[in-house]
Amino acid sequence: MSAPGKPSVSRDLLELRRVTKTIGDGVATTLVKDIDLVVRSGEFVAVTGPSGSGKSSLLYLLGLLDVPTSGDVLVEGRPASRLDEVARAHLRLSLLGFVFQFHFLLPEFSALSNIMLPMRALGRLDDAAMRRRALELLASLGLEDHAHKLPGQMSGGQRQRVAIARALANEPLVILADEPTGNLDTHSSEQVLAIFRHLVDETGRAIVMVTHDLDLAARADRQIRIVDGRRVT
Amino acid sequence: MRLVLDIAVTHVLARVRQTLVGMFGVAMGVGFSVMMAALMEGSQRDFVTQLVDSLPHITISDERRHPPRQPAEDVYAAVQFSGLRTPVIRPGIRNPYAIMASVETWLQGAVAPSVATRAVIRYAGRDTAANVTGIDPRREVSVSKLASQIREGTLDSLYKSSNAVILGDKLAAKIGARVGNTIALVSGTGQILTCTVVALLHTGISQTDETQAYTLIKTAQILTGQTALVNAIRIRTTDILAARDVAARIEAQTGYKSVSWQEANEDLLSAFQVRNFIMYTVVGAILLVASFGTYNIISTITHEKTRDIAILKSLGFTERTVRSIFFVEAVIIGLAGTVLGWILGFVLCLMLGSVEFKSPFMDATTLPLYYSPSHYLMAAAVAMTASGIAGYLPARKAAGVHPVEIIRGAS
Repeated sequence: MSAPGKPSVSRDLLELRRVTKTIGDGVATTLVKDIDLVVRSGEFVAVTGPSGSGKSSLLYLLGLLDVPTSGDVLVEGRPASRLDEVARAHLRLSLLGFVFQFHFLLPEFSALSNIMLPMRALGRLDDAAMRRRALELLASLGLEDHAHKLPGQMSGGQRQRVAIARALANEPLVILADEPTGNLDTHSSEQVLAIFRHLVDETGRAIVMVTHDLDLAARADRQIRIVDGRRVT
Repeated sequence: MRLVLDIAVTHVLARVRQTLVGMFGVAMGVGFSVMMAALMEGSQRDFVTQLVDSLPHITISDERRHPPRQPAEDVYAAVQFSGLRTPVIRPGIRNPYAIMASVETWLQGAVAPSVATRAVIRYAGRDTAANVTGIDPRREVSVSKLASQIREGTLDSLYKSSNAVILGDKLAAKIGARVGNTIALVSGTGQILTCTVVALLHTGISQTDETQAYTLIKTAQILTGQTALVNAIRIRTTDILAARDVAARIEAQTGYKSVSWQEANEDLLSAFQVRNFIMYTVVGAILLVASFGTYNIISTITHEKTRDIAILKSLGFTERTVRSIFFVEAVIIGLAGTVLGWILGFVLCLMLGSVEFKSPFMDATTLPLYYSPSHYLMAAAVAMTASGIAGYLPARKAAGVHPVEIIRGAS
């Protein structure tokens, strides 16, 4: 896994300031209520809570996929939730990486092409460099022999590792993972956890992982618990 | 843009059957549009060419567009005159040869005098009405295609006997006359001339072939009983489209009514405009129907790809990029269908061109087709616009997908 290297001083990467999210026009439902949260570099944060407590909503707000009803989301100290769609998309593309419970790879594209997608969208590297980086990522995740396979030709664990490689493609500061091991067997789950730990410890990236599994959460640096949209710990 | 194109091409190629259906829909629309346009314009041009070729481009007659002013009108500024007698105007163009000489000084084309009258042809106890035109064969060859339309004889045969006549072939067939037969021409004033049929005429236009007869000017003058009469001057212009302007100039110069071929056939040309409007409406409707196929396909793809759209947006693709992907897919289908449609249209034209067709009104061994790049470009423009719109609407909807809702749903 190529990486910028772990910085000696931790800094604030993502921050939620009294963020509330409600949906529905008539009868409003509050998904997230008055949450404050700071995610620092080199930190592995686990978000736990019962089903429907607002964990995923919190993650989507952190990842600028959704905008808060009130409060603000700051990326590297700069308010970001009120930016327009294009600016938020650019921040997502260049600074954030998503991993979901389902791999969500594009089925018609090979593992290599899937990993190259965000790099091509960002356009920082030329074709050869993008290809080289994608192959390095695959190799670092033990998938060097699967570069030209379609998602349908790989196992669940392999697909999830390709999804992680895709999330890492543009060297993001933060990986946001929504139940990343929810569909995996124990062995594959351990692999994913090991990758996350390596990313945090060796590269200084931050990981925010939503999970039901309290055993998995216990292996994070910090846990926060959400109940009924509120942060309780 | 390459990324957008790659994703679009991958989507399109992953659905070969749907793509082919959409492509063939556009191709059929474009192909039939090209064929229809070629057929309609071909028949129109063929008809106009025959019309223009068989008739002079301008005819100066001995009529005036407005009745001449009474001398009293010039002298008195009265509101109304009553009791004035309309002066008797002698038929025929005054000083026709002076007018011809004057027009020839500036006209790019040829001029020929003629005498037009009506007569009854009597042969073997049968009477048939006919239009008799007295011509000068030496000048006539330069103002009409008459010489090339003569069958069984030549135009110069008119010089063979003192009262020679050329009959339309259908007119001759109607009365049972043949070349060499003697017929009688009876004018409205009762003048009877015995004439010899020296040739037959075939223009291909039934109305002309059934009613037209040609004699020398002198013969027609005798038939009308007015020896120096020239009641029409016929003109052929080098540039047929200039006929209207030339006619206006001659009318202003001479005062005689000058009718260009455009004016003489204004009803017909208006009918062509209506016909063209109908044609383009039908062509547009065909392509519109084809575009529904494209709309259906792009809608299906966007529906199937909702999850992928959410993922692309979560990765950081903008709405515009997502919209572009599906728009480009529609353009690819439209473009491929258009190229296929061009080939189909050309092949259909070739096939139609080989079909023998006969009209009771005109001669035609094959269907007249007109090949023009504009037909292909027009069909392509309509097809691409329709495909673009058909792709844009579902693409816009797809781009508006809220990724969170889809990701939640998939989870």
